[in-house]
Amino acid sequence: MDITSDTHSQHISRQFNQELEELKTHLMAMGGLVEKQVQDAVLALLEGDTRLAEQVRDNDRQVNDLQLQIDDECTRVLARRQPAASDLRLVVAVIRATSDLERIGDEASKIARNALLLSESASTIRGLVEVRHISEHVRKMLRDALTAFARFDTELAMQVVREDQLVDDEYSSAMRSLMTFMMEDSRSISSVLSIMWVLRALERVGDHADNLAEYVVYLVKGLDIRHSDLDNLDPAIENKSEKKS
Amino acid sequence: MLASLHSANTAQAPVTHFSPEHCCLSIDHFSLAYAGKEALRNLTLSVPRHRVTAFIGPSGCGKSTLLRAINRLHDLNESVTHNGRITLEGQDIHGPHVNVTELRRRVGMVFQTPNPFPMSIYENVAFGLRLQQRLTKRKRDDIIEWALTSAALWDEVKDRLHRSAWQLSGGQQQRLVIARTLAVQPDVLLLDEPASALDPISTLKIEELIRNLKSELTLVLVTHNMQQAARVSDYTAFLHQGELVEYGPTDQVFTNPLLQHTENYITGRIT
Repeated sequence: MDITSDTHSQHISRQFNQELEELKTHLMAMGGLVEKQVQDAVLALLEGDTRLAEQVRDNDRQVNDLQLQIDDECTRVLARRQPAASDLRLVVAVIRATSDLERIGDEASKIARNALLLSESASTIRGLVEVRHISEHVRKMLRDALTAFARFDTELAMQVVREDQLVDDEYSSAMRSLMTFMMEDSRSISSVLSIMWVLRALERVGDHADNLAEYVVYLVKGLDIRHSDLDNLDPAIENKSEKKS
Repeated sequence: MLASLHSANTAQAPVTHFSPEHCCLSIDHFSLAYAGKEALRNLTLSVPRHRVTAFIGPSGCGKSTLLRAINRLHDLNESVTHNGRITLEGQDIHGPHVNVTELRRRVGMVFQTPNPFPMSIYENVAFGLRLQQRLTKRKRDDIIEWALTSAALWDEVKDRLHRSAWQLSGGQQQRLVIARTLAVQPDVLLLDEPASALDPISTLKIEELIRNLKSELTLVLVTHNMQQAARVSDYTAFLHQGELVEYGPTDQVFTNPLLQHTENYITGRIT
């Protein structure tokens, strides 16, 4: 059955409504922080801003703390409320989502670390165009995945799932050009390798955003689309349409 | 992937019509009224053999009435009228040649409050046996030991079989009542809120017992405790105002029910 974003505020127990609302709010806060971390890490890299890169590295602790806090809240809801149906799916989706958000936070730290390394490099850095391009793409994916989570919007979520394939293609093509740079100029190998790590991290951010979008489909439709073939997904989701009243 | 999508699609229409070799009880367009007031409306569902089927629903939804209808407990109430069929292993339980005593041997019933007879533990379990057949003492002792063991009570009472059953705790009394029912080797066991008057540990013992018993018989459980239905049953039927709302595999009903109404009930929402 389909649920909407206010489905979780109709319990007889208002306390329960509040607990589920808090889970969602805290997850969104974590999502917002992680989104900012990715944005800042990429900005630090592109502009050679070492202070911003250090700040991203230090802020990762906050992301980790939020994961612990939200997971703890989920455990408490499971223990005290024994949620069922869409409530249960919300708690499961939130637990899974915090783990992906935390990993995105780690990728942002990785980018920041590489930004610090690159800031010490004397030569011109190749591959920044690719970084800018892919980072814009994955940041949009992440933003859309979080919006889909907040609005329980499976259409937007499916759009994110489809986008991930494009990011993977862009990543492969960027890797090919970076390899050409390395072959052309062996002195650039060290800095190009750092850029490759950054691109790898961004590609992983895309994968995690894809996971978040999959949890939205699970939460709203009760359909677990992980490890599913994209081509068969849309009819399957269509079949899982409206819950009859 | 295809397999997972396939199962996701078939979950839309869960298998709740069982083939004759898997179906134990079949309720077919069954309606029942107390003095003209309809309590069950055109219910159709089948209960699979060697499985636990739970009936859930708010007070007054007809789940106990349905359970009682299965072993014809309404017979003595002249104001009760019914329509439709209930068949046990293919036989209409209201058929002209049905012996009600035999039906109630085959379909045992356990109630909310334990109701041991005012006699010894041994005599409680032997009671049904004595009514049914003449057995040697040795044979009878064997069956009583088996019934008490099956009801997970033997170890607790084997040294005091001839003491009064009323000395037992509530949970033990309930298991004694189950042993008494098992002694006559029923095919079906109907449990009407069997653990609602018990403490949590006794409740868990009864639930464990229900799980163990399903290899030997078919169980139908009425409960207000949704977590209990989720824990012990294989299939769950949600009834409301005398009608069957949703019936499906328990895993599905408690993770992703098909109907909004079911979802609202099991998650405690205002309807």
